[in-house]
Amino acid sequence: MQLKLKNFTKTFDSTTVIDGMDLTVNDGEMMALLGPSGCGKSTTLFTICGIHRMNGGTLHFGDREVSNLPSQQRNVGVVFQNYALYPHMDIRDNIAFPLRVQKLDSTTIARKVKEIAELVHIPELLDRRPAQLSGGQQQRVALARALVRKPDVLLLDEPLANLDAKLRLEMRSEIRRIQLETGITAILVTHDQVEAMSMCDRIALMKDGKIVQLSEPSEMYNNPSNVFVAGFLGNPPISFVKAQVQGDDFGFGNNRVAVAPGLKFRVGGALQLGIRPEHFGPQFGRDVQGKISFVENQGREDLYNVTLENGVVIRSIQPAGTRLKLGETVSWGVSSENVLTFDLQGARL
Amino acid sequence: MTANFRSMPVIALLTIVSLPLVIMYVFTLVDTFTNTEPGSLVPNEFTTEHWRFLWSPDVGRGSVWVATVNTFIFASTTALIVTSISVTAAYALSRLDFPARRFFLSGIIILHAFPTITLIIAIFLILQWLGLFDTLIGVIIVKTALELPFGIWIMKGFYDTVPWEIEMAGVQDGASRFMVWHKLVLPQVQPGLAALLIFSFLSGWSEFLLPLVLAPGSDSQVLSTYLAYFLLDDSLEVDFNLFKSVGLFYAVPVILIYLVFQKKLMNIYGGGSKG
Ligand SMILES: Nc1ncnc2c1ncn2[C@@H]1O[C@H](COP(=O)(O)OP(=O)(O)O)[C@@H](O)[C@H]1O
Ligand SMILES: [Mg+2]
Repeated sequence: MQLKLKNFTKTFDSTTVIDGMDLTVNDGEMMALLGPSGCGKSTTLFTICGIHRMNGGTLHFGDREVSNLPSQQRNVGVVFQNYALYPHMDIRDNIAFPLRVQKLDSTTIARKVKEIAELVHIPELLDRRPAQLSGGQQQRVALARALVRKPDVLLLDEPLANLDAKLRLEMRSEIRRIQLETGITAILVTHDQVEAMSMCDRIALMKDGKIVQLSEPSEMYNNPSNVFVAGFLGNPPISFVKAQVQGDDFGFGNNRVAVAPGLKFRVGGALQLGIRPEHFGPQFGRDVQGKISFVENQGREDLYNVTLENGVVIRSIQPAGTRLKLGETVSWGVSSENVLTFDLQGARL
Repeated sequence: MTANFRSMPVIALLTIVSLPLVIMYVFTLVDTFTNTEPGSLVPNEFTTEHWRFLWSPDVGRGSVWVATVNTFIFASTTALIVTSISVTAAYALSRLDFPARRFFLSGIIILHAFPTITLIIAIFLILQWLGLFDTLIGVIIVKTALELPFGIWIMKGFYDTVPWEIEMAGVQDGASRFMVWHKLVLPQVQPGLAALLIFSFLSGWSEFLLPLVLAPGSDSQVLSTYLAYFLLDDSLEVDFNLFKSVGLFYAVPVILIYLVFQKKLMNIYGGGSKG
């Protein structure tokens, strides 16, 4: 079911946390709310499920306006960061709780619990208590409980934050599989760009209570609308360099990078270049000189920081090979068609 | 074995320190069933005469059985009322954002710390004005009121340990606030509830000052005042062995309750349930 937030405003006491946000999540879509800690992701999520009341704006599920309905009447499934399982009930009763509230008969409840337990792959755990489960299993139970009464939308607040690295990888694909199999409209809140990019159809990147950019993951990575977006996505992060357009080149210090043909008529004067680490290295020529100031071996790849004469640092990532030493002077190039250009205020050119 | 061995000095020290107490208890028990020549330590005859207060009503002031029933009614009623009010009031204080919440919270702490004795005259006057002076109901009301701040504070501590996400999850699952409280939150503060119930029962059982001042008559007396009569009444010659017997009779239920419920009582000091 489509979810539509219009002109949504939320204030706590007198501080405005969300200011006039518009957000549409399409039917069956998984949307990531991505952003740094404190930018208002959870606030948005808790407003959608009715825990917080809106100070302004409207919320629709499909054609139904739910802005002023209490949580109980919204039909939203929520998975909390700490899973919030009911510790005194076994897993079966945990999952059955939303159905018991609806006063369904016991055979229907048993059937639905069994179905959903099979979907999330936990049929053998039904008689255990939450405390006897691992983090990943608790997560599956929380998903099952949120999904069992077929909600209109599923909301996940940092669902992977409490898991260790290996489980996180596993649950990432599991949550996506379950979302696709049920075809439910979902919103995933996370501060981890990798989660957002790998699990979701679209990403809404937030900053200070506003959506800065809303696009598909690859589009957001390749076509960021400003320096904040460019800097938030990508690990190791993009490097920014102040430069001047000089004829057919961007010049910074003694270094030059050719202006890509498509850019020529859009740029001029002083600007900032955004260079992703995978677009800087020996394979792109030898127009940029600097000293290696940091080396990190990541197994499959080597990570270098190159400090230019004027003190600017550009990061580079390369397939592991002959390792260069700290302090060595290198002349590398920049892939000019992949350079991102921003004006001095940070907006994309 | 080695662990036991290393704790031997500690155990020895504890034994020495607590020996006087143990000896006192043993002598109390022995004294209630024996007579001892003046000047001697060793009893010379077995007797049940010190327990005569159980069957002859003219020994103390009024019947010990009436006092026992009164004590039981007094302690259990206050415990029930304190617990049932605390369990709802504490939830409100822990979770609901109502006007003057901070005022109530600090009020409770202050009331809890307030020495009862300073209030006693005002309470006495109020009870007399209400016509509840020298009645069991009067003392019950006063004791409940004085015990409530403690109960509410303890229960609030238990509620505070329940993660709010559990309640929100319940609300999302479609349950009403009352159902969430009843089905999801209450089971998790249940250890606190049991502990508070026992604790306030014991507190009521051992209450002395309030019954002494507010229910001095023999019809409404409780065991503590019944016991004190043997010491306080000038016209009687103090019979220490009788006093010890009555004291033992008064203490036995408390000891039993402690033995049976010590695990549950520990919860109050442990600070809440594990989520
Ligand atoms: N109940 C609240 N009362 C006051 N301020 C709040 C409350 N909840 C969140 N905030 C503030 O709103 C901002 C956004 O919080 P939140 O939505 O939790 O951020 P995040 O994106 O990390 O989930 C923060 O500055 C936080 O301090
Ligand atoms: Mg958050």
